[in-house]
Amino acid sequence: MSSNAITLPGVQMEEKPWVGVLHDWVATVDHKRLGILYIVYALLFLVIGGVEALIIRIQLMYPHNNFVSPQVFNRMFTMHGTTMIFFVAMPILFGFANYLVPLMIGARDMAFPRLNAFSFWLSALGGLLLYFSLVGANGLYGAGNAPDVGWWAYAPLTARAFSPGHSSDYWTLSLLVSGFGSIGTAINIIATILCMRCPGMKLSRMPLLAWLNLVMSGMVLITITPLSAAQIMLLIDRYLGGHFFDAQAGGSAVLWMHFFWIFGHPEVYVLIIPCFAFMSEIIPVFSRKPIFGYPVMVAATVCIGFVSMSVWAHHMFTVGMNSYANSFFTITTMAVGVPTGIKIFNWLGTMWGGRIQFKTPMLFSIGFLFQFLVAGLTGIMLASAPLDWQLGSSYFVVAHFHYVIVGGILFALFAAFYYWYPKITGKLLSETLGKWHFWLFLVGFHLTFDLMHIPGLLGMPRRIYTYEPGRGWDTLNLFVSIGAFIQVIGILVFVANMVISYFKGDNAGNDPWDAWTLEWSTSSPPPAYNFASVPVVASRRPLWDLKHPEDPDSEYE
Amino acid sequence: MFVLAITGLIFVVVFSLLVYALIKFRGRAVDAGQEPAQVYGSTQIELAWTIIPILIVVVLYLATAQVIHAVQDAPHPSSALEVTAIGHQYWWEFRYPKLGIVTANELHIPVSDPTHPTPTFLQLLSADTDHSFWIPELAGKTDLIPNHPNRMWMDPHRTGVFLGQCAQYCGTQHAKMLLRVSVDSPEDFAAWVRGQQQSAIEDNRVAVGRRIFESTACINCHTVNGTPGNGRFGPDLTHLMSRATIASGAADNTPQNLRLWIQDPNAIKPGSLMPAMKLTDADLDAVVSYMETLR
Amino acid sequence: MSAMANPFPQAPSIWTLPDRGKVAMAGLILAESAIFTIFVVAYLFYVGKSLTGPTPREVLETPIFYTICLLSSSLTIHLAAKSLARNRVGAFLGVWLLTIFLGAAFLYGTGQEWHRLIYEHGLTISTNLFGTTYYSLVGLHAFHVTAGLIMLFLVAILAVAGRIRVEHSRRVEVLAMYWHFVDAVWVVVFTVVYVLGR
Repeated sequence: MSSNAITLPGVQMEEKPWVGVLHDWVATVDHKRLGILYIVYALLFLVIGGVEALIIRIQLMYPHNNFVSPQVFNRMFTMHGTTMIFFVAMPILFGFANYLVPLMIGARDMAFPRLNAFSFWLSALGGLLLYFSLVGANGLYGAGNAPDVGWWAYAPLTARAFSPGHSSDYWTLSLLVSGFGSIGTAINIIATILCMRCPGMKLSRMPLLAWLNLVMSGMVLITITPLSAAQIMLLIDRYLGGHFFDAQAGGSAVLWMHFFWIFGHPEVYVLIIPCFAFMSEIIPVFSRKPIFGYPVMVAATVCIGFVSMSVWAHHMFTVGMNSYANSFFTITTMAVGVPTGIKIFNWLGTMWGGRIQFKTPMLFSIGFLFQFLVAGLTGIMLASAPLDWQLGSSYFVVAHFHYVIVGGILFALFAAFYYWYPKITGKLLSETLGKWHFWLFLVGFHLTFDLMHIPGLLGMPRRIYTYEPGRGWDTLNLFVSIGAFIQVIGILVFVANMVISYFKGDNAGNDPWDAWTLEWSTSSPPPAYNFASVPVVASRRPLWDLKHPEDPDSEYE
Repeated sequence: MFVLAITGLIFVVVFSLLVYALIKFRGRAVDAGQEPAQVYGSTQIELAWTIIPILIVVVLYLATAQVIHAVQDAPHPSSALEVTAIGHQYWWEFRYPKLGIVTANELHIPVSDPTHPTPTFLQLLSADTDHSFWIPELAGKTDLIPNHPNRMWMDPHRTGVFLGQCAQYCGTQHAKMLLRVSVDSPEDFAAWVRGQQQSAIEDNRVAVGRRIFESTACINCHTVNGTPGNGRFGPDLTHLMSRATIASGAADNTPQNLRLWIQDPNAIKPGSLMPAMKLTDADLDAVVSYMETLR
Repeated sequence: MSAMANPFPQAPSIWTLPDRGKVAMAGLILAESAIFTIFVVAYLFYVGKSLTGPTPREVLETPIFYTICLLSSSLTIHLAAKSLARNRVGAFLGVWLLTIFLGAAFLYGTGQEWHRLIYEHGLTISTNLFGTTYYSLVGLHAFHVTAGLIMLFLVAILAVAGRIRVEHSRRVEVLAMYWHFVDAVWVVVFTVVYVLGR
């Protein structure tokens, strides 16, 4: 990884004992190492969450299947959702932000390196706490079991009466702890971007990745905190006899829903905005043109940040709000599609008139564009409250959000992996294996999630451990499950690629993609101090200016 | 359908543009080393693709808002049938307050003639956690939430049996909290109502079974009109045999299934809140015979 | 890493960026505001909805004196920070200790009120919706006051040991920001609980 040693000619460097290496990693405050820790941590949980998904899909292959009991199934979908959102998506995006933001703004490290480390370890503890429930949470069903209340943990299912034992408490505490870690990282990112930019890098010259992580971090501060507040209230209900969500005392289950979704909806924008950032860095490089409409991209993102805070109750259309509330949330939800669509058009405009190179990062980016478009359109369908009264809480919704998360977020992450892996490790990932990964995963993804819309349209609700035959859902579920296995093969190819290329890949050099942002000006991997001399920039694409002194961006901005 | 048409159109347009761009602007070997024209943006294009989507959203919203109001603020004719649905873990309680009927899991409602509508209005309550009432072919779903009564209506125009199930995760056996709605012709509905309004049939041949039912814990949870049993934790069994399924749709209503259900509910619906009654075989047979008379 | 000529253009003559401590504290304040907002919303949502038990009107006494203590402590901490910026460390310490005293007085007042509510009126967090929301909201605020007081106390100890000098005034200002936030939250909580909620 990053070399902490300065090599002197003629001097033999001693091999560090493995204990020393381990200590360096555990005690590190270097943003690059913490970034890698976040990413590796997230990949481990991706495998665990994926196994949970496979268990779900195997159980649903046939009606009345007996692969797992209903109790185990209910824990599986709860853990799958909770793991994927909080211990895969959040850490991996914070990991990339941690690694890339200081490099891209020409800084030495994050604003608060020790807070950075503390936040990582808090988040890591959260994940371990959640899984400790498998052994630690005494329930009625025996020694220790995982939470089974769904990842939204709706009241009053989480009350002591309906969730005896401690499994719900592990859900609550693990997310409370990792939530504080997320807030710490978000504060760090904001302080870094606002206070540590290299000379000449006005906010209007920052890479879009920095802008979008700034918006995302600002959102995290007011998005995660409602969940933390609600979880504190839940703990008060469960342990201090509080009545926040206690229907018997006049409390309201709907209040939990409001608080949860005030977190839950902006949270998904928190997850997608860094992926927009990846796309905004990768698509220009592989189209050989600057991003189309930089100021509009920034404005659209800020707009999304604000509007997304006003749409939450579209998850509650069936709860019995009055028609004015339902209409309000319909229009805000449709409205948030406008700036989002504008971004898609701007990426299209970036590619238009370019010279597109179909390297693996670009393949995944193209997949993202198509899939995010479809996901956004099924989202518009769900935004209509009357349509949601039929489609909500069905497999149509499950298909929609997996289209965003897998077809959008995960594809963008794969693109980011292939693009920045050379910078992080100094080796290029294999293009051949990359293309195998892409096509296998694409086929599996579409088989699973295209088909999954149909059982939803035919009336299959979500979170059921089995279903009746003869509803028209049988064959569809079988093929959906088969697609899951194809995706697994794609992921295995990806893991193999990362491992093999680490040892045998071609050397990347500083700038394998002929890109334009500051991270490509330093070595691969970068030295511990990032830049030998403090960068100074005069435009949005400092390396373009250096490579094309006759036609620098600084003349056009 | 309107929403689907608009979103479909958007998809086709953007998809085609994307495919076109990928083909037309792909990098060719001959271009190597040359960068294309570096275009930074265009205010006019940005305005165009901001204003058009805003207009589309406005149109979609107006169409949608109209439907929202039509559904939620629909008038409530006096000819409507009133049903109260109470969600339980993991079964449905249905009460027809004006008809004096209490039943479970299978709903009978009259078909509605568009010229003289007789819709069914449901009041939705919950005895424990959140549930959701969903019969896809008859109406959108509405949740049953404790301490938060909801209302919905159904206005079916054809007879038949329509299937649905609980659509809000409510615990272990959420998956088998099934629904059956029988939309009956006016005559069939009236006949059903008359049958449900009667007390339980008293058949002396099953007196043994009835005595066991009345003296064990059964009556703590279940009601049978005309007996001391008036428990409300479990379904009303007065007309159990008028239902096609038991355990809220988890099994067909046959003597064998009924016997297995009473002996060991977890065999049919693991996690159900009905305890295994631990009756002797003889007692079990007697109780089942008794149940079989509750038409 | 080979030595290379600096490839980058000339730096601008003036390049100032915001202070990272203040930006970070502003971020923390924003996040905490969101948490308090949710508790305030819950409080307002449940006003008048308790099924049993004492109502606010029956049991609450407006804590005017202790509120004045807490709000004055914002003024004193501001004066203390200014003193330190002008290198008047003695004045700083004196006013800083006064701030701590005023904050502690507020906590004492809260404790006294809770004692009266619990033992004279039987209002606890589990009594009814009012009890749950009242103790949660006021308790969350008191927790933040306590955390702030601990930080203030640590600074006081360092000051007594002679370790606080004018170059630390920026950090002291960051801590003062937190204290001002805690006071501002009290203004909101006070209005919601003792004015609107009755």
